[in-house]
Amino acid sequence: MNKKPLIENVFWQREEECMPKDQLRALQLQKLRALVARVYASVPAYTRAFDVAGVKPENIKSLDDIRKLPFTTKSDLRENYPLGYLAIPRREVVRFHGSSGSTGKPTFVAYSKSDMDNWANLCARFLYSGGLRPGMTAQVSFGYGLFTGGFGLHQGIERIGAAVLPASSGNTARQLMLLQDLRADYLICTPSYALHLADGIQSGIIDRSSLNLKGMFLGSEPWTENMRTRMEEGLGIYIENNYGLSEIMGPGVSGECAFRNGMHIAEDHFIVECINPETLEPVAEGETGELVFTTLNKEAFPLIRYRTRDISRLKYSHCPCGRTSVRMSRITGRTDDMLIIRGVNVYPSQIESALLAIPEASPHYMIEVSRPKHMDEVTVHIELKPNSMVDSISELNVIRDRICAGIANITGLRMKIHLEPPNTLERFEGKSRRVKDVRTLKD
Amino acid sequence: MKIQQLAIFLQNKPGHLSGICKTLADNDINIVTLSLADTQQFGILRVIVKEWELAAQKLEEAGYLVQLREVVAVEVDDEPGGMHKIVEIIGAANVNIEYVYAFTFHKSSRAVLVFRFDDPDKAADALREANINVLAEIELFG
Ligand SMILES: [Zn+2]
Repeated sequence: MNKKPLIENVFWQREEECMPKDQLRALQLQKLRALVARVYASVPAYTRAFDVAGVKPENIKSLDDIRKLPFTTKSDLRENYPLGYLAIPRREVVRFHGSSGSTGKPTFVAYSKSDMDNWANLCARFLYSGGLRPGMTAQVSFGYGLFTGGFGLHQGIERIGAAVLPASSGNTARQLMLLQDLRADYLICTPSYALHLADGIQSGIIDRSSLNLKGMFLGSEPWTENMRTRMEEGLGIYIENNYGLSEIMGPGVSGECAFRNGMHIAEDHFIVECINPETLEPVAEGETGELVFTTLNKEAFPLIRYRTRDISRLKYSHCPCGRTSVRMSRITGRTDDMLIIRGVNVYPSQIESALLAIPEASPHYMIEVSRPKHMDEVTVHIELKPNSMVDSISELNVIRDRICAGIANITGLRMKIHLEPPNTLERFEGKSRRVKDVRTLKD
Repeated sequence: MKIQQLAIFLQNKPGHLSGICKTLADNDINIVTLSLADTQQFGILRVIVKEWELAAQKLEEAGYLVQLREVVAVEVDDEPGGMHKIVEIIGAANVNIEYVYAFTFHKSSRAVLVFRFDDPDKAADALREANINVLAEIELFG
């Protein structure tokens, strides 16, 4: 754990962010009980779900009683398309957003006037903690549209009193031109665009002195600590990690403090649980599991125990910044991608981060799982980078062994490593899986 | 007096080797000699051709992972002790042999050994001093 702040340690809403723990828990319980009573009365989908689970609002007497409540999933939202979970009259909605589904229609979320006010403050919390100040300029390179990223960050920047440059997403050449000509202090973008920029500077294509960049706020895609180190060194800036998802609100659910010991979750707005996605039981403190959120303050679209499918760990230990809230580790995977190998949970992103540490390995890989003789066996196919040294069997074996050791270090499993020539593996777009599971289940 | 050799990363998959040979043939590149080293998972094909720059370019364009390496080609008497003499000279010069392969020179009945040394310059000097015929490109490719 970091004991020293990496930048100035500041608070946007000190009273809420540093609320004594007992007071915070009392506030959560009070809000949870009010929420449960409200959704049971006003959201038919919850009335039904509570009745099926045999739980009444008056059964919620402690925070642990939240486990008596049913989960809400993405498919529940789809089944109640478009606005089955709306908890206020339609005329009181001031904003809609949505998230793209992998199939067909999006799922929608809605906000009241007070929801919008809370959202702006929650975005301002992590932006302010990451160094954004009034008078500065922040370029938003997230899409402005149904997706919550663009508009969410926009409101947070305005709330702080900084200037917004709403560049929106796409066209990397134009992004760079805006960044250079309007000299933004902060860039808000996806990790892949940030990497593209860092590579451009390191290879001399972009002149670092043409940028006024002090920092970045990255989100909306999984990324790794290795990527952060590479970009911070390459660009000479500070990069803050934050987390959010549209179903719960959008960006602002959690963000890092100046000590960077994980992302502080806004517990005055949300109750978070970390569960085993198989058994649905809570995991032990600090263990990896799926994050589940309950929204305490949302008027328009409150959700009870929403299963995020995002894999993380929760840390309840004291953080020297002064915030009392629980911290979450960066997202290390999605339950949709999770593999269970010899009883161990493995995420493709773990393999990805092991590969980032090997200079000869490209980020293109394919995982093959098979079960010869009743034992799971994993083979990872990895493309070598185009300029790799290939004239020595022993050097290639060393590369292979280093990849194997790196993966074993992170996952605890020894996998077979197959080195492949460049451009021979299938390329994947977006959410497609890089996993081929050919295990046949025999008794 | 060093020769450029192409090392090509090979997948142990049917057709991979023939694809390489086809790329070279399609560009009228004649293989002087080749050597194959392989493990269960992958292999390295080492090729000597006259038009090594063109070969490297065409193979890379075709998607192969290619590395150029300097090797030393030495002509030896095809009789007992020929190889031993060379290894002794190299050992005395404190140079390490990473690998070696042999082929028969098309112009005579003499054998050619292709060496990859950790220090090719030092090895070539030591060999020439000992009056060993280190082949230049011109001799090898005629
Ligand atoms: Zn902290």
